[in-house]
Amino acid sequence: MFEYLKPNKIFAISSKAPKYVLILFIIVISIGLSEALIFSPEDYKQSHSVRIMYVHVPAAWITLGIFSGVTFLSIFGYVTKIKNFFLIAKSLAPSGFVFNVVALVTGSIWGKPTWGTWWAWDARITSMLILALFYLIYLLAWRIFDDKDEVFKITSIIAVVGAMNVPIIKYSVEWWNTLHQPASINILSKSSIHTSMLFPLMIMTAAFALFSLLIFLMKYNTELIKIKNKGLDRL
Amino acid sequence: MNDLLLMNGYGLYVWSAFIFTFFSFTLLYIVTRSQLLKERKKFFDKFGSLNVEKATFAKNQSINREILSNYQKI
Repeated sequence: MFEYLKPNKIFAISSKAPKYVLILFIIVISIGLSEALIFSPEDYKQSHSVRIMYVHVPAAWITLGIFSGVTFLSIFGYVTKIKNFFLIAKSLAPSGFVFNVVALVTGSIWGKPTWGTWWAWDARITSMLILALFYLIYLLAWRIFDDKDEVFKITSIIAVVGAMNVPIIKYSVEWWNTLHQPASINILSKSSIHTSMLFPLMIMTAAFALFSLLIFLMKYNTELIKIKNKGLDRL
Repeated sequence: MNDLLLMNGYGLYVWSAFIFTFFSFTLLYIVTRSQLLKERKKFFDKFGSLNVEKATFAKNQSINREILSNYQKI
């Protein structure tokens, strides 16, 4: 199984894929934007401000997904000693960080017309800010430490500690009294969001996922070429 | 058109959220792409400076071959 996770196998695909992923992203985001900004209805309570949901929610979902992925990859890498897991985790982190910032900023913009304030130190928002700090520390650790074993160990610790914050983010709206509304979409039970809003939300989520895939592929290619450059120096 | 821009007075919030999102995406794409192109250029420069023996040896590695032959512009 791990044969397919070897850098040369992945690079054979990742070197050609970005062009096609970019085209697909442009198509999906065009549909998503027209649905989100034009065709989807306004909310009976929040009016047009609800449209911010179409960028805020997918960004929040994807940043949480990426951090969970980074954590699993770091643990797998540490257990199996396969360095490529760390390389994949490292390549995923930049887009995860940007999605986290987007979720925070768009949430803040949405907060002003909805709650009357740009920022509140409530559980959901604060735990999302903490996640952004973990992303930042994770990315900085890759820049600061040169020794491979040391950087693998430190980034794994950061990812595992940061992952403890993920369930806190998810359940913060249930565990504490927050300004942030509870989840409208549930996998296990009936969602409280109408399909006319769910459809554009899913399209935008797919577009954001494609964008993170595009950035991951480009970043992964960059990291592999960097390693190959070092290899050429040693010849 | 006016309705789309003003959105019942929420236009400023909605449009700034969307503009910020796509500005962030564009910036991340440009930075990531320029890093990739920089490393690629470095690779070609280094490969070009190798003698025939070393270049043949380097070409034995599949990723090097992939970078040299199959790498498409993104």
